[in-house]
Amino acid sequence: MIEAKNLHKTLGGHKVLDGVSFKVEKGEMLALIGKSGVGKSVTLKHIVGLMKPDAGRVFVDGKDILEAKGRSLEQLRSKFGYLFQGGALFDSMTVFDNVAFPLKEKKKLNHQEIRERVLFELEQVGLAGMEKKFPAELSGGMRKRASLARCLVSDPEIMLFDEPTTGLDPLTANTINELILKTYERVRFTGIVVSHEIPGIFSLVHKVAMLYEGKIVAYGTPEEIMEVDNPIVRRFIEAGIEQGRRKRGVREL
Amino acid sequence: MEELLDAIRALGRFPLLVLRLLGDFGIFFGKAVFWTFTPPLKFERLLKQINFIGTKSLSIIALTGGFTGMVLALETFYAMQKFGAEALLGPTVALSMIRELGPVISALMITARAGSALTAEIGIMRITEQIDALEVMALNPFRYLIVPNLLAGLITFPLLTSVFDVVGIYGGYLVGVKLLGVSAGTYFGEMKNYIDMAEVVHGLYKSLSFGVVVTWICCYCGFTTGYGAEGVSKATTRAVVASSVMVLVCDYILTSLLF
Ligand SMILES: Nc1ncnc2c1ncn2[C@@H]1O[C@H](COP(=O)(O)OP(=O)(O)OP(=O)(O)O)[C@@H](O)[C@H]1O
Ligand SMILES: [Mg+2]
Repeated sequence: MIEAKNLHKTLGGHKVLDGVSFKVEKGEMLALIGKSGVGKSVTLKHIVGLMKPDAGRVFVDGKDILEAKGRSLEQLRSKFGYLFQGGALFDSMTVFDNVAFPLKEKKKLNHQEIRERVLFELEQVGLAGMEKKFPAELSGGMRKRASLARCLVSDPEIMLFDEPTTGLDPLTANTINELILKTYERVRFTGIVVSHEIPGIFSLVHKVAMLYEGKIVAYGTPEEIMEVDNPIVRRFIEAGIEQGRRKRGVREL
Repeated sequence: MEELLDAIRALGRFPLLVLRLLGDFGIFFGKAVFWTFTPPLKFERLLKQINFIGTKSLSIIALTGGFTGMVLALETFYAMQKFGAEALLGPTVALSMIRELGPVISALMITARAGSALTAEIGIMRITEQIDALEVMALNPFRYLIVPNLLAGLITFPLLTSVFDVVGIYGGYLVGVKLLGVSAGTYFGEMKNYIDMAEVVHGLYKSLSFGVVVTWICCYCGFTTGYGAEGVSKATTRAVVASSVMVLVCDYILTSLLF
């Protein structure tokens, strides 16, 4: 269970979060949507405690992650898998070592088990045969997938995905969504997905929250969100739908 | 009235900034020391950093050491000749190398070669969120990044300095004995009479301190880098300048303490 209570944060003189509150129940998936630059990544960073809010609190399974220190922080953090927007692969290591890293450091597995686990996970994200490459030798989309493999490999209880499918072709994007779903089926993690895939992401999640000017302006099941009257939310969702079936193009000009 | 207050505030802001920075810098070191003594040690990373800071600096250290010894012998010979004390060429070269030039010049060379790269590497890890990724995995970045570098500095600086000293003394031998005609027996024999373990220990203390100071500053600058390529380039410049200045400052302090 994740609960953000009244988060405030000013970054570079600009109020990014202005009282953000929401709750994700255990085993629930939440889609966090909103315009680019609205503070979605910043919100995720607050949830794992990478950023400290100016005011407000974050509870993970009932424990305040901002107050946690040492062992207890380590325990809380161990529950998380975090897919960074930029991938954040360790560029001094090969893809294999990157994905194996959390297993080697955290789990008591032998060499062979780690190898099997990593190769399986790489195959799942469609990167079989790439394990000897370094992150710099991969394309942007491949890096994102390798990073996803690194998150999923340790079966975390809580997953935070920062735009898992942005920058991928539709086919790969589908595979990734399938993979998230398949992992969910197996692990039943609590999850937050930041996504610009509207309304595509709606079918993947239980709840949707929209961030606008530092606040959550809409929250509910995907069906509820589609029915919301708030013009800000409507415009945003309609733009997403429209993008899927664009009518005008340069060819007509 | 407001302007006056503003002026006073501005006056106060600078020392506060400096104090804060120094505090930060100190806390960083405190944490690094804490994690050094908290097992497990990341042995593999330590070996990698020893290779990076140490082994890969060997050629540049040998090269600069050789030339330093050679020019030192040349300069000393002409000075000594004026008092007819050419026989003391060996000990003079050895003393300057072991006590002073060896530790200082090697530290400066290692800063330029490895320190800058260290800052850039850690800085890039910071801006591409790799350090955040470590933290989210509940793995302490100090244990993985900072401690191996500090220890590697502590191990490699004295070793590189000794290489520098030895090559330098042989460089002095080449110039003094082969070129200027001091006898080899005098060059090395007199050295034995004048140099004892205390001098070597003096140099060792210095290189150990420089090893800590340089890696500490370089790691700190990388760890606290600003955003983007510009942030990293600024951090790297700052690391090299601050390390070089601090090496010279510490050298003075240590010399006066150890005399
Ligand atoms: N470390 C930082 N320092 C200063 N400002 C920051 C920092 N991180 C983020 N910001 C600012 O916070 C705001 C929100 O950034 P954030 O990365 O959360 O956006 P986002 O919603 O994830 O956008 P996108 O969809 O493009 O990823 C932006 O205006 C950004 O300029
Ligand atoms: Mg973002």
